[in-house]
Amino acid sequence: MNVPKELKYSKEHEWVKTEGKNVRIGITDFAQTELGDIVFVELPEVGDEITANEPFGSVESVKTVSELYAPISGKVVEINEELSDSPEFVNESPYEKAWMIIVEPANSGEMDNLMTADLYEKMLNED
Amino acid sequence: MSDLKRTPLYESYKKHGAKTIDFGGWDLPVQFSSIKEEHEAVRTRSGLFDVSHMGEIEVKGPGSFSFLQKVMTNDLSKLKIGGAQYTAMCYEDGGTVDDLLVYKLAENEYLLVVNAANIEKDYNWIIENVEGQTEIRNISEETAQLAIQGPLAEKILQKLATEADLSEIGFFKFSPSVDLNGKKALVSRTGYTGEDGFEIYCCSEDAAGLWDDILAAGKDEAILPCGLGARDTLRFEACLALYGQELTPDISPLESGIGFAVKLNKEEDFIGKAALKQQKENGLPRKLAGIEMIDRGIPRHGYPVYKNGQKIGQITSGTQSPTLKKNIGLALLESGETELGNEIQIEIRGKRLKAIVIPTPFYKREKK
Repeated sequence: MNVPKELKYSKEHEWVKTEGKNVRIGITDFAQTELGDIVFVELPEVGDEITANEPFGSVESVKTVSELYAPISGKVVEINEELSDSPEFVNESPYEKAWMIIVEPANSGEMDNLMTADLYEKMLNED
Repeated sequence: MSDLKRTPLYESYKKHGAKTIDFGGWDLPVQFSSIKEEHEAVRTRSGLFDVSHMGEIEVKGPGSFSFLQKVMTNDLSKLKIGGAQYTAMCYEDGGTVDDLLVYKLAENEYLLVVNAANIEKDYNWIIENVEGQTEIRNISEETAQLAIQGPLAEKILQKLATEADLSEIGFFKFSPSVDLNGKKALVSRTGYTGEDGFEIYCCSEDAAGLWDDILAAGKDEAILPCGLGARDTLRFEACLALYGQELTPDISPLESGIGFAVKLNKEEDFIGKAALKQQKENGLPRKLAGIEMIDRGIPRHGYPVYKNGQKIGQITSGTQSPTLKKNIGLALLESGETELGNEIQIEIRGKRLKAIVIPTPFYKREKK
């Protein structure tokens, strides 16, 4: 399972990457493996506010619908438009091509609630 | 996890990297590689399924025929030895107990193949209604079932059946005892994918060996082990009903579009006949229709359907069709709303999205 060291992780299997004052968010390699073939990604709109631990969108595999939970609160400043035509990017490249949204955090302190790569990996191994 | 039932093939498919899920109390593979790849393998080449969770009930004795005519909606007088028939069992009110296959093994000797989740319910229903000199036995535990499906299924299975000519088994016909690499099995040209193929019934002890033999025989044809995920998308595209979705105690076989398995004209009375006849004479209150999304979204089981602000039904099954790459569904709608081209709305996560009624089945294989 690929768990890049430089990212932070949520219990709901989202990754968070700090980029200056903003953060980039997507779902982990483990999450895409569990979901199977992704055929549909529903994202919020630019300007929407998202709230930590609440759904901000959904991904659908052939078989199921799963909600995407916000790892932190903030304002959506950019979304990955390409996922609308190429949802398979989530399976092929969960950390690169399938980033989902860029958020301006409401409260930088929330980043401290997220897990390091080591802790996330430990959580995966315990399950 | 430990409470889940396992088929005799559990260890075999774990070996092939299957991801298993709780499916009605059974620990079954949802996929081996990917639902899309497995689906494509069956449409273009061949796939192998473990369907040992399905139930088998034996009905024997001089009273068998008349008893089955009483509980089945189809007409068993049309069924000959060596043939299989798709039928339903109904409650008095016309709701569906189950949909199933009846195999005629000999005069007054039948095998019923029922849905896994309904084994106990069906067995009890049969026992409650049994009459005449009829012997009923639930042989689900000792019977395993594999399904090899797809255009290359016959070519692959023939390699193991050195003493039989499988091309002689016609559609919905079976051979009761085919030697497959030393193991005896009932082989029928039936399936649940919309493709050509066979369902293979053998004793539980032989299942794992047969599974390995078939995968080995199909290596050159790139056969894939397939899970329930692909089985569901395949049957969905072919518009084959799934009990619990298209058929329930609340949905009659006429409403769900399997009227071809309901013979209101057969001589004998059967349970549910009066109610079904009345439904037909008065016009069906609801009908199953195919729908395709116009707006972006995927219809799923249970989503409500609207027209002009009024609820007119619900989705029974839906997904993104792997063959057609379209977001489509089956919907049980008020009868007046099922004309082709009717524009309706599906409520998906609080939003009402546009869809249109389209013809079914969504997929039909080209006949040779």
